[in-house]
Amino acid sequence: MFLRSMRTAVGTALVVALAAGCGGVGSSGSKSGSSGQATLTMMGFGTGDEIAKTRFDAANAAIAPNAARASEGSFNAQQFLSAVASNTPPDLVYMERRLLGTYAAKNAIKPLADCVEREKIDMGQFRPAAVAEATLNGKLYGLPEFYNNRVVMINDAAFADAGLDPAAFSTADWRRLSAAATRLTSIDGGKLRRIGFDPKLPEFLPLWARANGAALVSDDGRTARLNDPRVVQALEFTVGLIKAQGGWASFKSFRDSFDFFGAKNQFAADQLGAFPMEDFYLNVLAENSPKVELTVTPFRGVDGRPVDWITGNAWAIPAKSPHPDLACKWIKTMTDSATWIAAAKARAAARKSEGKPFTGVFTGNSRADEVIFKDVVQPSGNPAFDAAVRTVLQTQEAGVAEPLTAAGEEFKAAWQDAVNRVLDGKQQPAQALAQAQQQAQAALDQANRGS
Amino acid sequence: MTTTRRREALAAYGFLSPWIIGFLVFMAGPMVASLVLSLTDYDVLTSTQFVGADNYRELFADDRVRRSLANTLIYTVLHVPLTMAVALGLAMLLARAGRRSAGFFRTVFYLPTVTPKVAVGVLFLLLFNGQAGLVNETLARVGIDGPDWTVDGAWIKPGLVLMSAWSLGSTVIIYLAALQNVPRDLHEAAEMDGASPWARFRAVTVPMISGALFFTLIINTISSLQTFDEVYTAFYGSANQQTYGNDAALFYVVYLFQQAFQFLHMGYASALAWLLFLIIVAITLVQVRLSRRFVYYESE
Repeated sequence: MFLRSMRTAVGTALVVALAAGCGGVGSSGSKSGSSGQATLTMMGFGTGDEIAKTRFDAANAAIAPNAARASEGSFNAQQFLSAVASNTPPDLVYMERRLLGTYAAKNAIKPLADCVEREKIDMGQFRPAAVAEATLNGKLYGLPEFYNNRVVMINDAAFADAGLDPAAFSTADWRRLSAAATRLTSIDGGKLRRIGFDPKLPEFLPLWARANGAALVSDDGRTARLNDPRVVQALEFTVGLIKAQGGWASFKSFRDSFDFFGAKNQFAADQLGAFPMEDFYLNVLAENSPKVELTVTPFRGVDGRPVDWITGNAWAIPAKSPHPDLACKWIKTMTDSATWIAAAKARAAARKSEGKPFTGVFTGNSRADEVIFKDVVQPSGNPAFDAAVRTVLQTQEAGVAEPLTAAGEEFKAAWQDAVNRVLDGKQQPAQALAQAQQQAQAALDQANRGS
Repeated sequence: MTTTRRREALAAYGFLSPWIIGFLVFMAGPMVASLVLSLTDYDVLTSTQFVGADNYRELFADDRVRRSLANTLIYTVLHVPLTMAVALGLAMLLARAGRRSAGFFRTVFYLPTVTPKVAVGVLFLLLFNGQAGLVNETLARVGIDGPDWTVDGAWIKPGLVLMSAWSLGSTVIIYLAALQNVPRDLHEAAEMDGASPWARFRAVTVPMISGALFFTLIINTISSLQTFDEVYTAFYGSANQQTYGNDAALFYVVYLFQQAFQFLHMGYASALAWLLFLIIVAITLVQVRLSRRFVYYESE
């Protein structure tokens, strides 16, 4: 009697446990309901602001009566790999363009040639640099979204304090740049009070390399160029700038103490002279400290010409996406110029209601940008921000992307670790970059094996 | 075996079965899979290739394995004794406090333990910032010029060790329970024999709570060797935070995670996981062996 009861209890527990386990695995992924309508799943995209929400609604309308469900949170490689490994991939993924190469090389995402042809997507609307950043071995793997430009942002108050003219400031002449950085730097009682010029190491090394006429990797993304003497020279110069401003530890600690996204940001608090930065930061400043005195100039190479290292996100379709056709239609709408314009109008209206300036949306879609900056972005009443927007628009014509590689993360880790070793005083630039070159090339070779 | 004993045994296994099934499916199964994967070149997305012991050979030649292992061991050697000593001190204070205040402080000490490790990582960056952190501002008030805890390679691990004191509440609770079980008559007898407070602590308290001390030594050592969340959040969680790095914060599990999920070297990461498992087993065995000389069990 007792044994029979036990058998029943254990059997029931097993069934419940297995059912619970199966429920957990099978509940993810896209579904097609009894009505035949599909719900697209995605990873990496949230509808946190009016730009995202407006476009998300437009894309959903385009695939009605089907619909997509936003995932919130940024792209998570662990989550994506788990989904692919368990055969429940999402219909869509939204990730940094530089990451596409890794997944493309392993056939985890689909080439979009068929999608482009079937949906008659006008590739001419996209900026070539953004498309290049989503292309590996001649195949397009993602439709580009934002177009993050890098320009130099100058704190006019700090320049006035140092007796420098923001209009005359340029990154082209490194000797003069170094002198200006020293003049702008403020150290009081051994403590850094203002960083004169932040070269944004290690993350902006590609920009400095471009400024010095070099690239970190060959155009086909297969050969590392980290030990190029011009890259070494760029690293020597930028690390030298930091050493002259108190050294890495105090420089970094001070930089980390900035209220970067707040009202007491480094411009408002006069803690920074100038730095190269992505254009999105104009919106941050306009939002939080609209009265800040700011000058924006192009980042210039040693030849005096503007250099704009661009990055951004892209939409891709996993190789085993349950609804690739719908996913294609969806991402076509998300990246279309009409959708971007509608989103920009929504943002402009939101900003107007808050009484704050709207500094535009810089997209990978040049046709959208034409309309946005002609019809939607209005003079804000703040000449500094209006001039800044014009500068970004001019600069982005010089936009260039780092070529996509089949080992995106490893390649980046190799050069970033090298810069960190130099900043930490463990190695000299040439030695660190030689080591990084070996590591990066080994990673590229392994990732490109068989392709 | 009598019928009753057999019934009892079956009942015991019946009640244990959910755990046993869970262990087999969610622990033993993945462990075996991981052992097999450690002998392959595996990236989840493409077909698996058997590479024999290549991953193990590679990890013994990998500088960053040595570096991450050294970082983790240094952290463990600093963290475990500090946590145990501070927790024991706090537990002894609590044991002496009145019932009402002991309850209050027990809650106060335990609450930080439930703080997510990710939040602890962010908190570390705020508190220990060399320029504007509360720790250095406090040190400055007593005339000490604090270091750059979050950037200076020499100070990153000591900073993390100090920060780890944030979550010693559970160890305090274990020690408090052990201290409350020390027979009062032993202390009274020692006191009558003229033993000083230190002598009573050394000869009565420590032996009587040695089981709890040993348990927390094992648990804290294992969790220290597996430290991940707070370090990853503070130093590797975003592109911007990776600039802190300098490898001083490259803990073993962080490196394992990088290899697995950033670089997609799952086979290599599995080999790293097995090396850590063997290290933990070895350290635990040494601790168990040594404990025979120091740990007193009432049942013995």
